[in-house]
Amino acid sequence: MVAIPSRHKSLTLLAGVLLAQLLLLAVQVKRDSRGRLIRVWAISAAYPFERSGAWGFGKVRGVWTHYFALQDAQKENEALRGENDALKLTISQLQGKAAEADRLAAILNFKQTHEKVPMVSGRVIAASAGTASQTVEIDRGERDGIRRNMAVITPDGAVGKVIEVYRDSSQVLLLTDKEGGAGAMLIATRTQGVVGGTGDPMMQMKFVANEDNVAVGEQIVTSGMDKIFPRDIPIGKVEEVKPGNTFKQIRVQPAARLDRLETVIVLLSQAPVEFKNEAQNTPAPGPGSAAAAEKP
Amino acid sequence: MNETYELRSGETHIEVHKFYPGAIFLAAVVALVFQATAPVYFPKLSILDLPMLVTIYFGLSRRNPSTGLLLGMVIGLAQDALSGPTVPLGFYGIAKTVIGYLASSIGARLDTEHPAARFALVFSFFVVHQGIMVLTRGLLLARPEGWFSVHLAIAAAVNAFLGILLFSGLDRLRR
Repeated sequence: MVAIPSRHKSLTLLAGVLLAQLLLLAVQVKRDSRGRLIRVWAISAAYPFERSGAWGFGKVRGVWTHYFALQDAQKENEALRGENDALKLTISQLQGKAAEADRLAAILNFKQTHEKVPMVSGRVIAASAGTASQTVEIDRGERDGIRRNMAVITPDGAVGKVIEVYRDSSQVLLLTDKEGGAGAMLIATRTQGVVGGTGDPMMQMKFVANEDNVAVGEQIVTSGMDKIFPRDIPIGKVEEVKPGNTFKQIRVQPAARLDRLETVIVLLSQAPVEFKNEAQNTPAPGPGSAAAAEKP
Repeated sequence: MNETYELRSGETHIEVHKFYPGAIFLAAVVALVFQATAPVYFPKLSILDLPMLVTIYFGLSRRNPSTGLLLGMVIGLAQDALSGPTVPLGFYGIAKTVIGYLASSIGARLDTEHPAARFALVFSFFVVHQGIMVLTRGLLLARPEGWFSVHLAIAAAVNAFLGILLFSGLDRLRR
């Protein structure tokens, strides 16, 4: 047997570990992205910690917000009486609670106005542990009827789709992820394409021919062609249009606040969902408007 | 048992630090959970890479390349597993294995207790970490992208500054 000098042991170990991980990566890249056991274990093991972490951070944020509210009140205390301070603090706290209530009321109202559409609301308890992906984890899972490839929305618009489902939690791939996307349609011209993520907060609409008219500010909704999202759910609006080689380069501002998700709705079927869409009233771009809107 | 012991190399001697039982495990778990939950409430915190800082700290302190690279591998794979199915297992694992190895190798040769040295090391390791990820993404995942950006430099500086504070906190876990 060949003895390895001790000073080379760590280098040999490094090479072995890197090789093993390279092989692991290679195996994954060749196959479809299916749930792996280690991921199931890791998610199941981390779930209670993540839930506790979400609870802890919620508390910390509450304390943080109230601290600044208190500081503001103290500044005003120099000019106002103590009674006034207490009232201002109470107002500040009530405003925080009202904002929370508004958010939950919007979700509840949405669910009530779409009683016939089966849906489940869930709270975001974790995000991706790195910047390489744009995913969030919600506190609803298989036990709540959630399955893979179900559409996830907020009352503002499309969010993404469910990619992994565990017993009590699910992972949602956001539209802004490089692998995220949805069948899309420009609402004014009914031109179809695909809206996908770039890893940035903005998205991109692909496969719209240079000849098609696209105006900045035009609303984009789901086309329903991806068999995940029902038709006519707002995706976003056109932020910038440039001509490309064959297709236009269209940057899209998401309709939903994907960077500040707290509560989301998972659609349990592809039944159509009616949105109060101001975009329905957006006029179709005139013959000259697209050219004027596009950047050279 | 001695609280610390010394590596002797020529005329230099550098302390190898020992930690309370479970301290490394706990620090790694807290870093991973923080990385997964904090950006939900404070999106700007996604600029931080706490698992990398923990890998660097324990690599520099333990000063054993083998344990450094294994710790980096475990933390990296855990981060992969918590990053959703679009991140293949091994993506962060490879980068953190290399960082763990480099940190513990450098830790065995240099005294890395001074805040300025820690700032420079974390800054450099962050850039190398990012470079490895870009390389992995380009070569294995066929998703090439630019390496250097102003955002990277800012992120490296922010993490390096946080590293100084975090490391002085983690110093209290030493026996």
